[in-house]
Amino acid sequence: MRIFWTLLRRELAAFFCSITGYVIIAAVTLLIGLSFVVLMTNLGSDPSPMPVTEMFYRTTIFWLIVLLATPALTMRLFALEKFSGTFETLMTTPVSDLQVVAAKFASALVFYIVMWLPMLACLFIVRHFTNQPGTLDAGTIGGMYLGVFLVGCLFLSLGCFASSLTRSQMAAAMISFVLGVSLFLVGFLAEAIPVAAQWQSQVLSYFGLFEQMHNFARGMVDTRAVVFYVSLTFFFLFLTLRVVESRRWK
Amino acid sequence: MSDTAMIEVTNLTKRYAGHTAVAGISFTVARGEIVGLLGPNGAGKSTTMRILSCFMPATSGTVRVAGFDVFHQSDEVRRRIGYMPENNPLYPEMRVREYLKFRARLKGLNWRRSRERVTTVMEQCGLTEVGRRIIGQLSKGYRQRVGLADALVHEPELIILDEPTIGLDPHQIRAVRQLIKSLAQKHTVLISTHILPEAEMTCNRMLIMFDGKILAADTPDNLQRLMAGGSQIIAEIAAPADELREVWSQMPGIEQFDVSPSEGEFQRCALTPRDGYDLRPAIFSLAQEHGWIMRELTRSRHSLEDIYVQVTKPAEEEEG
Repeated sequence: MRIFWTLLRRELAAFFCSITGYVIIAAVTLLIGLSFVVLMTNLGSDPSPMPVTEMFYRTTIFWLIVLLATPALTMRLFALEKFSGTFETLMTTPVSDLQVVAAKFASALVFYIVMWLPMLACLFIVRHFTNQPGTLDAGTIGGMYLGVFLVGCLFLSLGCFASSLTRSQMAAAMISFVLGVSLFLVGFLAEAIPVAAQWQSQVLSYFGLFEQMHNFARGMVDTRAVVFYVSLTFFFLFLTLRVVESRRWK
Repeated sequence: MSDTAMIEVTNLTKRYAGHTAVAGISFTVARGEIVGLLGPNGAGKSTTMRILSCFMPATSGTVRVAGFDVFHQSDEVRRRIGYMPENNPLYPEMRVREYLKFRARLKGLNWRRSRERVTTVMEQCGLTEVGRRIIGQLSKGYRQRVGLADALVHEPELIILDEPTIGLDPHQIRAVRQLIKSLAQKHTVLISTHILPEAEMTCNRMLIMFDGKILAADTPDNLQRLMAGGSQIIAEIAAPADELREVWSQMPGIEQFDVSPSEGEFQRCALTPRDGYDLRPAIFSLAQEHGWIMRELTRSRHSLEDIYVQVTKPAEEEEG
């Protein structure tokens, strides 16, 4: 555990002591602000029964952030270490592969959470200027953030996996972007196909990221969705671990 | 498990897809030795070191470090080695002291111990004045010292250094060698290099590797002695060439001779002695007897360079 914290601290330092980290935060803040402006203009022109949190993610910008920021966060994790050779110095110390994977994923997750904090400010602004006390409650905000968190877990674990596959950060980013986009598109497919009794569409419906985010943003936490995200995250982390271990089989 | 052997390698083979990097080598390194792994680029030195440091597994054969198997007891082995890979990779965004502390913690030292050790190795490696500098901004020589300090920080029993002096200027090379030599008392050191004088100067024993095989393993002196049989005596004597030829043909202990004219009346004689003979005293008294003037009498010592070339050459031809 002590080694995990040491590794986590170094990974976090790598995020927060680098210009890349702040560029990502700045870009994401800009995009959140942009989506906030879009949202406000829409709300100004015609009222909507939807909770504000739900409308937030409805803008394409939300998905743009998830799809673009996660590869940018994770591409460095393994690929850079492999490229620069520090992977060798790291793995020849008495650390376990699991500790390394866990620390890298956790650091990306912490950064991801910090990255989303500006959105909270937007929500508070809405709350400050609205006269309806019920517009925002802890449930919807909590649900929204849980959704953001779970989607983040999934996409970051995808990114970790992609990064562990290659020595090139660019390739890692592209692989994780492609994986992420395909997962996202499967979600679209799920929405396009009417839910029938057939098992195919049943399975597909679990991949409906859109639909699931709907629920989260309404403050509805569906266990199936949580299980879906958590298990898929663990699945990709497991794959990452296997890839890291694989140098021992060759 | 023997108490004296630090490294025991038996029939180590490493095959990559399509080619064999290390082909069934065996060697042992005793505690406290400084051993040089010498060979041209691509001889399998780095691969051997990577296997020793548990970074990758062997295809076949066993490797034991301090009695522990590198594959099955890799944790125990990793605790006991300090490894500096080729090109000395570091995290460029970290500060020197911060980096060393991070490494010390990873290697299992507790907070207090890591602070003590980092201070000690920074003094040992001459890094005290750059402790707060960012690694990426340091000169190559300092970075190399950071790598060395990292290898030493947990007081490992075995230190493995892959090409520790590559890319340094002569001053820095000397400093690094001095540092390696000073480690000899407490640690076992295995260094790889393709530069001969380096191995000659720092190591007690050398393993010459070529094409995945160990071709020779001995002390630098012994390796030289081994080759001394083929060394020549050069004598420059002012005398008629015919007389010289006659004298040489009668002298016991000479296997071959060659007389060629040098400047003036001097003749240059290249004499190959039979095994074990030292011809020099005999030549001197001969010259005295005849009243010849002699201006040079030397034995051409084979440098390790020759040994290296000689040992690695036949294999090269076989391969070709």
